[in-house]
Amino acid sequence: MAADNLPSEFDVVILGTGLTESVIAAACSRVGQRTLHLDRRNYYAGNWASFTFNGLLSWIEEYKQEAPETAGEEGWKDKLEEGEEALPLSSVDSSISNLEVFSYASEEAEEEEERKAPLTTKAETEDTTDGPAEEPNVVTPDAETPTEERGQDSESPQPNEGGTSEPGQSEEEEKQQQPMSCLPEPPVEVKKKITYAKLLKDGRRFNIDLVSKLMYSRGSLVDLLIKSNVSRYAEFKNITRILTYRDGKVEQVPCSRADVFGSKQLTVVEKRMLMKFLTFCLDYKQHPEEFQDFTQKPFWEFLQTKKLTESLQHFVLHSIAMVSLDTPTEEGLRATQHFLRCLGRYGNTPFLFPLYGLGEIPQCFCRMCAVFGGIYCLRHSVQCLVLDKESGKCKAVIDTHGQRISCSHFVVEDGYIRDEQRKSTDYRQISRAVLITDKSVLQSDSDQQISLVTVPPLDSSAPAVRMVELCSSSMTCMPGTYLVHLTCSSSGSARHDLAPVVSRMFHVPASPGEEPTEGEDRPTLLWAMYFNMRDTSGLDSSSYHLPSNVHVCTGPDSSLGNDYSIKLAEAVFCKLLPDEEFCPPAPNPEDIIYDGEAPQGEGAGFEENSSPEGATEGSETHQAPEEAGEKTDSVPQENEAQNGEDGQTTTPEE
Amino acid sequence: MHGRVKVKSTAQQEEEKRKEREKKLKVYISLRDACFNKRKDGVFDEEALQLTQQLLSSNPDFATLWNYRREILLHLEKEREKEEVQKVYEAELAFLESCLKVNPKSYGSWHHRGWVSSRLPQPDWNRELGLCDRCLSLDDRNFHCWDYRRMVVKASGVSVDQELQFTDRLIGSNFSNYSSWHYRSTLLPLLHPSQPPSPCHQPPVASPTNSPQTHSHRVCEEQLLKEYELVQNAFFTDPNDQSAWFYYRWLLGRAEREEMISCVYVSREGERVAVAFSRPVHAPSVGLILVLDGQPQQVEWKSSHPRLRHSPVWICELPPGSVSDINNEHNLTVHWSEKHTHRDCALYTGRTESWCRDSATDQELFRSELSVEKTSVLQSELQSCTQLLELEPQNKWCLLTIILLMRALDPLGYERETLAHFNTLKEVDSMRSSYYNDLCSKFMIENTILKMEYAEVRVFSLSDKNLTSLCHLDQLLLVTHINLSSNRLLRLPPQFAMLQCVEVLEAEDNTIESLEGLYHLPSLQEVSLRNNQITKLADLEPLASCPKLTRLDLRGNPITETENVEAEIVKLLPSVTDLLL
Repeated sequence: MAADNLPSEFDVVILGTGLTESVIAAACSRVGQRTLHLDRRNYYAGNWASFTFNGLLSWIEEYKQEAPETAGEEGWKDKLEEGEEALPLSSVDSSISNLEVFSYASEEAEEEEERKAPLTTKAETEDTTDGPAEEPNVVTPDAETPTEERGQDSESPQPNEGGTSEPGQSEEEEKQQQPMSCLPEPPVEVKKKITYAKLLKDGRRFNIDLVSKLMYSRGSLVDLLIKSNVSRYAEFKNITRILTYRDGKVEQVPCSRADVFGSKQLTVVEKRMLMKFLTFCLDYKQHPEEFQDFTQKPFWEFLQTKKLTESLQHFVLHSIAMVSLDTPTEEGLRATQHFLRCLGRYGNTPFLFPLYGLGEIPQCFCRMCAVFGGIYCLRHSVQCLVLDKESGKCKAVIDTHGQRISCSHFVVEDGYIRDEQRKSTDYRQISRAVLITDKSVLQSDSDQQISLVTVPPLDSSAPAVRMVELCSSSMTCMPGTYLVHLTCSSSGSARHDLAPVVSRMFHVPASPGEEPTEGEDRPTLLWAMYFNMRDTSGLDSSSYHLPSNVHVCTGPDSSLGNDYSIKLAEAVFCKLLPDEEFCPPAPNPEDIIYDGEAPQGEGAGFEENSSPEGATEGSETHQAPEEAGEKTDSVPQENEAQNGEDGQTTTPEE
Repeated sequence: MHGRVKVKSTAQQEEEKRKEREKKLKVYISLRDACFNKRKDGVFDEEALQLTQQLLSSNPDFATLWNYRREILLHLEKEREKEEVQKVYEAELAFLESCLKVNPKSYGSWHHRGWVSSRLPQPDWNRELGLCDRCLSLDDRNFHCWDYRRMVVKASGVSVDQELQFTDRLIGSNFSNYSSWHYRSTLLPLLHPSQPPSPCHQPPVASPTNSPQTHSHRVCEEQLLKEYELVQNAFFTDPNDQSAWFYYRWLLGRAEREEMISCVYVSREGERVAVAFSRPVHAPSVGLILVLDGQPQQVEWKSSHPRLRHSPVWICELPPGSVSDINNEHNLTVHWSEKHTHRDCALYTGRTESWCRDSATDQELFRSELSVEKTSVLQSELQSCTQLLELEPQNKWCLLTIILLMRALDPLGYERETLAHFNTLKEVDSMRSSYYNDLCSKFMIENTILKMEYAEVRVFSLSDKNLTSLCHLDQLLLVTHINLSSNRLLRLPPQFAMLQCVEVLEAEDNTIESLEGLYHLPSLQEVSLRNNQITKLADLEPLASCPKLTRLDLRGNPITETENVEAEIVKLLPSVTDLLL
């Protein structure tokens, strides 16, 4: 077996490739730590992953078949030495629950696609599930690898690299794909009914996120992407509009100056009052007299004193501050200020969305880690930790191939922790729904809108729901469809929480393929999925019985931004390497000194590091920095200046 | 620490950069010299094109090289086939695009692009418009690009309608942009011209050529209402953005005054004629003809004050004895031949003077400065602005606009409110308080003129009103008594000499230092300047030209401290019999 493929000593072993773990991996690798990054799944990003439609169906299958935890076979016994004990990890992921899938698309076969479609699905399913088991998958990715890997699960971010994707796809399909993904579908085609077969056939066009988040343009994730130069590995689009659901109608929220100016629904006085309030929020700390009487009271009450009409109060509370009725005033003001500060950096809304889905972001950090010598293995996990009885610290891990790998730090995603190590198993949950629909919730001149829709609680016991509607130019769904993500903090099962909102805002066909009645202008559902995801974000190191050099990364939280995960990554990194800078900018390729060039050759260059203990097949030496340089060129950063047809693509660089 | 990527130190980088720069400079200089030599030798070949391209791509502001390049291109144009020329110029455009990417505000590049576009056998204007749009989306205030775009629009015949939509788009994305608003103001009158004004509104003497010229900047009512709405959206959204306010002011004030002779005055005793025009003119060069009893007269037109080359008031002496007999009736006509307009004036038997004029009230003079819009429209605009002021009591733009609207509606009726708003303005915008003082003075003078006209008197009295400056003095041509006491005037400006009929001037309790305007005032008899800042004898010199001056009150002026002052004044002003010091 491939067990001996891996070096047996690392500085840091990281298990799980979610956002937090990937950022930590990149940060460690960047400052020269020997980093091993593992994930038991066959895809990157864990619960942060994005899937093609077919990939998602496979993921659903896996969830259904997930075997219960097997009583740990004691295969590692002989690897332990005197004075050591083992701490087993979980081999099952129980973070997803209450998964339900509904298909509303017509099941009739699409002409001439009849045979082809199921074939493709089968090939894909095999590819993603059966394939890996036969081949030990020890990968040290060069910069290419995340892309290659992604070939199975999601679309390649550089369409011109499409050649590297898996062989199952015919060239013809490849060609079709190009123009269609950039051109809006001609209107005739949009009207054409989208069948389930069509969804399967065009399944590769989807990149469906398990976690639905946006990036605040002045949030910590964007700052980190810029600071670390990781932004060069991805492309972004601005969210084009903020919508809200009020009195049974979807309305656009005017939030920027241009929006307010252009809004047809507000009177001039409302415009003034809104602008006045928002201007105050931008530097509310300079005017404490305005709100000091309300510090103990809810933001909502404060708003009511501000001469804002009811619709303006709604906009500010639900769509700008995005807080609830009982949120205290200062917190509401802070949220409003954050929103406003993010406006205008990249466009008219405060948010960015990564093309090809949020799952891209963890992969970008993995790529950064790999560029600086980190070693990657998917479908490769850790069975147990080896603890030194005396110090109680983790000395090594034993991987799923039985190899003992020593390390000084071990970082692990919460999902790998067994309940025995937890002080409490009482979790919060996130309710999620993923919908594929046939049109936008608010149709406008352009059918290529990316919208954030805030849905206030439908009744007092219901949660506030956050909805993100993605169009095909975000590279997350096929032309003619919209991908809709709903998220809220759970009070019951995902379906219980979210189905009322779905049935209000969308037409839910009674039977697959049923035509909506005349005059129905809501979007029709084609497909829907509900699930709950465990929200471990409230936990910290005191919630686990674990050695001090084992660091747990909690999963995605329920908020809209990514600040929680990035701050956590930075905090863990600081514990690991208190004296090191967190993700300093990657150097320019021309500033890197290679062997022979350096006049004051003090010690090892880059190469020595990346081939520890004799390079194995999987971990061959890479001229990583050069690689980085090359990538810089291939990423279309000049887009903004040159590319007239798609000026909206954004690369967050200052 | 092991395994770290080694990066060059800053000093190392600096050194390398320095060397790099040196190398670049050497190349640059040798290229430049090569270019100059070639030009000297009259070489216009491909190689020269190459060399200038290299240089210009690193420094697009090298105008000489662009000139040389044009010479080369013109030369090639003669030598080559038409298709080849097209190719050469297209390559030039591609090169220019790369230059603009590096420096989007280079005069040389934009100018050259304009030149190339005009030489191109088959220009692709759509591409050029696209380029402009891209440039403006990166910087919507790039005036080079605006200029170039205007040229492209003109050459390609883009419809005005499309251009208006273009400004809609730009204003929609950012309304803090003078360029877009201004462009709009040039398009609207073309697209929505106003109907010609109703004939009854035309002043009787207006000649037909005046109408289109006078109203060329007006926009039809319906479109105006839409524009008011648009611009209100802008200033309600951001009341501190001045671009919208300026556009608003343009919308409100489109009327231009009729060009005409507003007054002809004749004095039998003085054998003088004074003519007032609706705007300052240089009378000797506008074809002014004076006809007395059917006989054209050879007269010399004099400006009211030699310092005013262009003046609204001009004076001429009539031939001696021509009107002096009080038993004769005379008919005078002044022709302004350049404007095809004229004014008659009859001097009847037994009268010592006579005049013919349109008064300020007849002309709605002070209203038309802002607008000739319907009262109802202005009233509703005033309401919107008042609404905004309630929300933004400190907003200077709003205050100022309200003042202007009030003046357009009813200057006398709103006098009290106007003054209150001026006080607020001076508080909230103290940096410009002098401007507001002057403006307020202007309005006070206008109001006083109106009151005087309604009362049909020749007395102008405006004391204790904080006046800081004098204006509209041409409207005071017929005034005999003027009282400016207890104000904050610093001087009596040259324009004061337009008060051709003034007999008594009271200007006590000001801070007047200069009497420049008390010049050749034929009727001036009494001047009271108590408590002012007259310090030198020389300050009194203009008075020597006023033949009838008999009483002069200089009490409370620094000049009274001067030794021997009385004798000096008597010497300077022999006509003064009543001198108070």
